[in-house]
Amino acid sequence: MSEQHHHHDHDHTEPPSDLVLRVKALESLLVEKGLVDPTAIDLLIDAYETKIGPRNGARVVAHAWADPVFKEWLLRDATAAIASLGYTGRQGEHMKVVENTPQVHNLVVCTLCSCYPWPVLGLPPVWYKSAPYRSRAVADPRGVLKEFGMPLCDDVEIRVWDSTSEVRFLVLPERPAGTDGWSEEQLAALVTRNAMIGVEQAKSPQEVAEAS
Amino acid sequence: MNGGHDLGGMHGFGPINAEPEAEEPVFHAEWEKRVFGLLRAVGALRQWNGDMSRHARERQHPVDYLRHSYYENWLAGLEKLLVEKELVTAEELLSGKASQPADEDVLKHLLRAEKVADAVIHGSSAAMPADASPRFRPGDRVRALNRHPAGHTREPRYVRGRAGVVHEHYGAHVFPDLSAEGVRVGRHLYCVRFEASELWGENADGNSAVYVDLWDDYLEPV
Repeated sequence: MSEQHHHHDHDHTEPPSDLVLRVKALESLLVEKGLVDPTAIDLLIDAYETKIGPRNGARVVAHAWADPVFKEWLLRDATAAIASLGYTGRQGEHMKVVENTPQVHNLVVCTLCSCYPWPVLGLPPVWYKSAPYRSRAVADPRGVLKEFGMPLCDDVEIRVWDSTSEVRFLVLPERPAGTDGWSEEQLAALVTRNAMIGVEQAKSPQEVAEAS
Repeated sequence: MNGGHDLGGMHGFGPINAEPEAEEPVFHAEWEKRVFGLLRAVGALRQWNGDMSRHARERQHPVDYLRHSYYENWLAGLEKLLVEKELVTAEELLSGKASQPADEDVLKHLLRAEKVADAVIHGSSAAMPADASPRFRPGDRVRALNRHPAGHTREPRYVRGRAGVVHEHYGAHVFPDLSAEGVRVGRHLYCVRFEASELWGENADGNSAVYVDLWDDYLEPV
């Protein structure tokens, strides 16, 4: 509500851009023709702003860290294992989970568009859809990781997963040290969206303590 | 098609400059939200599929594709498909006013507010049977065909002509090249591992590999 109000004010102080007008005109045309229900559009936006996001994926990762049987299932049949936690839907119909280890680091990209596992991560961040990331992730993954503040030794193999089909990838980060006996809720707080794309590690307990 | 969307391995786009995760909103402007919602809602009318949607964005002039922000590309693709599939006329798009009613058959599929929750949690599987049996198995050496179709394809330029090893056979999935033309057939789909040195030669990032999902039609045995 407050955001809408803010936007309303904004429209009075600055003339709306061509793009804003173009989208408004398109929506009013489609509503007039009965092709879209504007309330349905509000609900779609709300679902991806408030319900479907990377906290879902973090719960999947935390559960896998806490439960070796679930982890084995997740790595073997990610679609079913993730659905068992209630995360299903568009852009998550065919899931694969790839596991980071001390020897192997995984990184996910879509060089051709913006394929991304919506049910577990929500909608992708701008950088994931950007030309710099899409062009460089496959050819210069070590450089990309360095830019994200994660320099990797040459003896760690990097596996880049280019999402060219309807299969969607989620990275299972390494469980941070010093988290023995932690609850799944505590563990999930260490799992960032970026760690599940593969551009950083899960947070350490120290990092979380410093931030709070 | 060799369009402005096929970015793997290109140079010159500069640093990624990621917005910090904790600070990035899901949408950056009100109009982006509406474009997202509109595309999802109109998609529910079943007048086109996801491959047609991608292809509509790819068919822009490469300069436009690269200049536009992400949701501008979505908007451009949506407008193109609405006119091509005759849901709206070019004149209506320009004026923003309806000059003729929508087709009753199309309206049957209208995504109503009460169906949104269901639509969000139910995807649609791309798996479907193929006529032929799979030609490759995990461990097989394969080469991505050097092909340059003018239509939609999901074989990125940077793997064409390159050899790799089948990592996994996913079963058969809808074949995007034909799906974008409105023909729904299943073809075997594989995940293929390419060593960085095979893809990028002396400029390869050592000790890395790229895994690419490729359909049977894109591959030949080595």
